[in-house]
Amino acid sequence: MDSFNGFDVNKIRADFPILQREVRPGVRLVYLDSTATSQKPLEVIQVMDQFYRQSNANIHRGIHTLAEESTALYEAARDRIAKFINAPSARQIIFTRNATEAINLVAYTWGRANLSEGDLVILTEMEHHSNLVPWHMLASERSLRLEFISVTPDGYLDLDSYRGLLELKPSLVSFTHMSNVLGTINPAQEIIQLAHQAGAVTLVDGAQSVPHFHVDVQEIQPDFLAFSAHKMLGPTGIGVLYGRKDLLEKMPPFLGGGDMIKRVHLRSFAPNEIPFKFEAGTPAIAEAVGFKAAVDYLTGVGLNNISQHEHHVVEYAMDRLEEIPGVKVFGPPAGDRGGVVAFTLQGVHPHDISQILDSDGIAIRAGHHCAMPLHEKFNIPATARASFYLYNTTAEVDQLADSIYKVKKLFGS
Amino acid sequence: MDDLYRELIIDRYKNPLYRGVLDPHDISFEDDNPLCGDHIHIDLRIDENGLVKEAAFEGGGCAISQASADLLLESIIGKSVEDIKILTKTDVLDLLGIELGPVRLKCALLSLKVLKAGVYGLGEADDDLVE
Repeated sequence: MDSFNGFDVNKIRADFPILQREVRPGVRLVYLDSTATSQKPLEVIQVMDQFYRQSNANIHRGIHTLAEESTALYEAARDRIAKFINAPSARQIIFTRNATEAINLVAYTWGRANLSEGDLVILTEMEHHSNLVPWHMLASERSLRLEFISVTPDGYLDLDSYRGLLELKPSLVSFTHMSNVLGTINPAQEIIQLAHQAGAVTLVDGAQSVPHFHVDVQEIQPDFLAFSAHKMLGPTGIGVLYGRKDLLEKMPPFLGGGDMIKRVHLRSFAPNEIPFKFEAGTPAIAEAVGFKAAVDYLTGVGLNNISQHEHHVVEYAMDRLEEIPGVKVFGPPAGDRGGVVAFTLQGVHPHDISQILDSDGIAIRAGHHCAMPLHEKFNIPATARASFYLYNTTAEVDQLADSIYKVKKLFGS
Repeated sequence: MDDLYRELIIDRYKNPLYRGVLDPHDISFEDDNPLCGDHIHIDLRIDENGLVKEAAFEGGGCAISQASADLLLESIIGKSVEDIKILTKTDVLDLLGIELGPVRLKCALLSLKVLKAGVYGLGEADDDLVE
């Protein structure tokens, strides 16, 4: 049931050493927290190890074999990631620390160069804090106006409210492709088209979408797209900002330092061309190498297979959870969501659910998942969240359900 | 090492044929390699038929960057501006007769980048010109 035409979840699990781990003696890890960060296949761990054993050197300057090798590996990662999202050019792939830094980069450079008092930025009520706080900061500095596409009770973006906001002539529409709490997959292409018709620039937070289904930037046409390696089988410490070339070229630099310059004099500098203009200082080189291996792995399995498998697991999870008395699942039906299920259990705080699940080796997340405004909207302080990736099974969902029954018994709820 | 510093490259570095400044000129452009500070300035004179009549470069940098500039200018004498626009990375590597890793490639391609930015009349040279 967990396997289909060439996709074998047990074969995939064998590639992830951590999934063999026992959390405590006799209790095997059930990892249901991939929305926070994914686990890493052996290939990713090995290429990073191999990089430090064999090729480690600083990139771009340095005329020796190791510098040539590390430069080639770093730039090959950029090329690979460009192909993965179908970017027209690898020069449109800027390596950042993570999706959060990518969004901050846009706010700090594009935002400061283009937004002034009274300009409108449209966000949504389901944003992660990483796509809220950079705009709060810029709004207070520049006296910008922020408006939010509302979320319907069943967890969709209210596109009628969006169309109304577009009449106010926004400068920017910045939104998440997939909610990290509700799992809702938003109609990015439609949102972007409408924004462009209204003359706005668009930024897509792809932290939850790029790892899980095929995102083609030439198809959905975002002006900016941000995502993180660590949520897609890669290492922490590296992420991507994709941008429209003409915008990137006009934007002022972000951080100052080495590698982002063309010339430096005592009292002035000229910035380098893209993408280097935005990559000051020694970047995460080994992490770029690991990132490429992660993308190779995902491509090898096939993103369509991955999203099909996740859909199957999340559908099963929603069925199992909704049959438990007192459990309330948030968000749209399985057909319109990715592999995320946020829920509450009557009479038990999510922190307590998570603690008890941990005694069975089950890792879920409890809290507001960096989306406090969304929880305020639903008038709940916190949710418990189980999330699934290519290596999760319906058997693990059964363990989750069994463990929730255990919580209910303990709390007499 | 032997390959990288072929006699041709050392010779053109020490005794360039196209070093100099053309004043007046029809096309002029310059740029730096930010990785190591190589600098290339190129002047061209174009005849009434739109063909390169004279070419000269000034600059400083490693043997690869300077020899590639010299060989590149030699190769475009008598060619049209349109011919220059379609020159690629491979053309330069063929002239040098060597293979290069990504760091030295920037040295070798600086002159092509400057030349193409000049003939396109661009304000800035960028890596897309030498893909």
